Amino acid sequence: MNRPARSKNVAIVVFIVLLLTPVYWLLNMSFKTNQEILGGLTLWPENFTLDNYVVIFTDPSWYSGYLNSMTYVSINVVITLLVALPAAYAFSRYRFLGDKHLFFWLLSNRMAPPAVFLLPFFQLYSSIGLFDTHIAVALAHCLFNVPLAVWILEGFMKGVPREYDEMAYIDGYSFPRFFVKVFLPMIRSGIGVTAFFVFMFSWVELLLARTLTAVDAQPIGAIMTRTIGASGIDWGVLAAAGVLTIIPGLLVIWFVRNHVAKGFALGRV
Amino acid sequence: MDRIPDNRAWWLVLPVFLLVAFSALIPLMTVVNYSVQDIFGPGQAYFVGTEWFREVLTDQRLQDSLLRQFLFSGAVLLIQIPLGIGVALLMPKSGIKGSLCLILVAIPLLIPWNVVGTIWQIFARGDIGLFGWGVNQLGVDYNYTGNTVDAWLTVLLMDVWHWTPLVALLCYSGLRAIPEAFYQAAEIDRASRWAVFRYIQLPRLKSVLVIAVLLRFMDSFMIYSEPFVLTGGGPGSSTTFLSQTLTTMAVGQFDLGRAAAFSLVYFLIVLLISWLFFTAITHADKDT
Repeated sequence: MNRPARSKNVAIVVFIVLLLTPVYWLLNMSFKTNQEILGGLTLWPENFTLDNYVVIFTDPSWYSGYLNSMTYVSINVVITLLVALPAAYAFSRYRFLGDKHLFFWLLSNRMAPPAVFLLPFFQLYSSIGLFDTHIAVALAHCLFNVPLAVWILEGFMKGVPREYDEMAYIDGYSFPRFFVKVFLPMIRSGIGVTAFFVFMFSWVELLLARTLTAVDAQPIGAIMTRTIGASGIDWGVLAAAGVLTIIPGLLVIWFVRNHVAKGFALGRV
Repeated sequence: MDRIPDNRAWWLVLPVFLLVAFSALIPLMTVVNYSVQDIFGPGQAYFVGTEWFREVLTDQRLQDSLLRQFLFSGAVLLIQIPLGIGVALLMPKSGIKGSLCLILVAIPLLIPWNVVGTIWQIFARGDIGLFGWGVNQLGVDYNYTGNTVDAWLTVLLMDVWHWTPLVALLCYSGLRAIPEAFYQAAEIDRASRWAVFRYIQLPRLKSVLVIAVLLRFMDSFMIYSEPFVLTGGGPGSSTTFLSQTLTTMAVGQFDLGRAAAFSLVYFLIVLLISWLFFTAITHADKDT
């Protein structure tokens, strides 16, 4: 191995180590007892314990938070992809009345600060009886995820030459059949990458999710604020809960890693 | 690629249009409605015209948090974009090492924002956090809950830690889309490393960089959960950014009219800057 390549490797390893240190610290804490955490600084758990995790896995008020978060995130990913795929196709293939304005208007919703929408959303979903349901949070997250999905997908779709569409029509494919059987498989990577980003932004958002839920659909992030009890903060359980929030994301990135590695140029904006 | 003019394409965008109209237009109209009224209770609202807007635009507290917000977003972009490109260039091109890097680098992105706050709240503490303890051991008097500069640096560091991976990931994907032939041509021409970056990689990264810059600008401008958990906006109000000021006003003080007017001004600022950026890029595209 030549010198520049080695220094490159060292640099990236150093970066990743720095990046993972805070996460390691959380992991480290999650295996400690509260006495050890508050007793002084230890670089690894000296009294290794799984108690913090046991608390979370045995208490329904804890683990239901994960189930709630995963439910509304899944619903959101499905809705977003279902509506964004045809729309992105339209933007990538056709010119139509007001297309540019519509595109910017969509994007402008990605720019809307969630804080702006807190109260109106609360009132809107309360008035139609969806307050504290998974579907309410999933719909609310569409506000920023649908525009993002259309944006990313459109770039991928532009990379597919229109000759494919025309050939399929000559072969007698109807539009829906062409779209599902021919077109979607061609942009698999794009769908994977989009699903990843949509999942990510819905999973990490808390402000809207917390405002639109009370008990039945409460996300894990909101439940975590409850560790601040009468006896101070339960650091160990808090850390364990934090560690567990990283797992679903890791699974998703594992599935899409090859799509991201394949690369995307994302057309014009 | 030339696009075919066909208005029937509207049928394909209709679901998106309806969905986004439902979740954006209705709430936005509610905000507009609040912003011109003074509301004392159900059925007791009075039309006040532009009074709230005038009040909001001259409010010292809001101007301060707007200034802080610009400083923060500017710093975020200046640090994260170059750093992200650098990291993307360093990451292994393919194979198991590439995949591993990809996954490890993506980890901060997958953590819920309030947990990011929690992680740094612990990590930066002088007594039980590695970072805070380490800095104190170096002889620097560091305390992010008491000192304004320390609080700012911690929030900034947290955001760099949290979001540089997004820039890196987008750029990495952009780099992978460059055909190998470009590099071979550069090698034949004996182009320097810098020339390869400047004339091959950077132009090809443009579209992903636009996405990265826009996303980073929008999201840093709306930042809420992370500093809220980490510093609670303090010490004083030194790390209170726009979203937090707004949320305190709307939910904490239930000052609906003022909060709504503030919301609209806030939204318009984001929109205006993004639009300027967006047009600048599209125009630059046409010139080349």
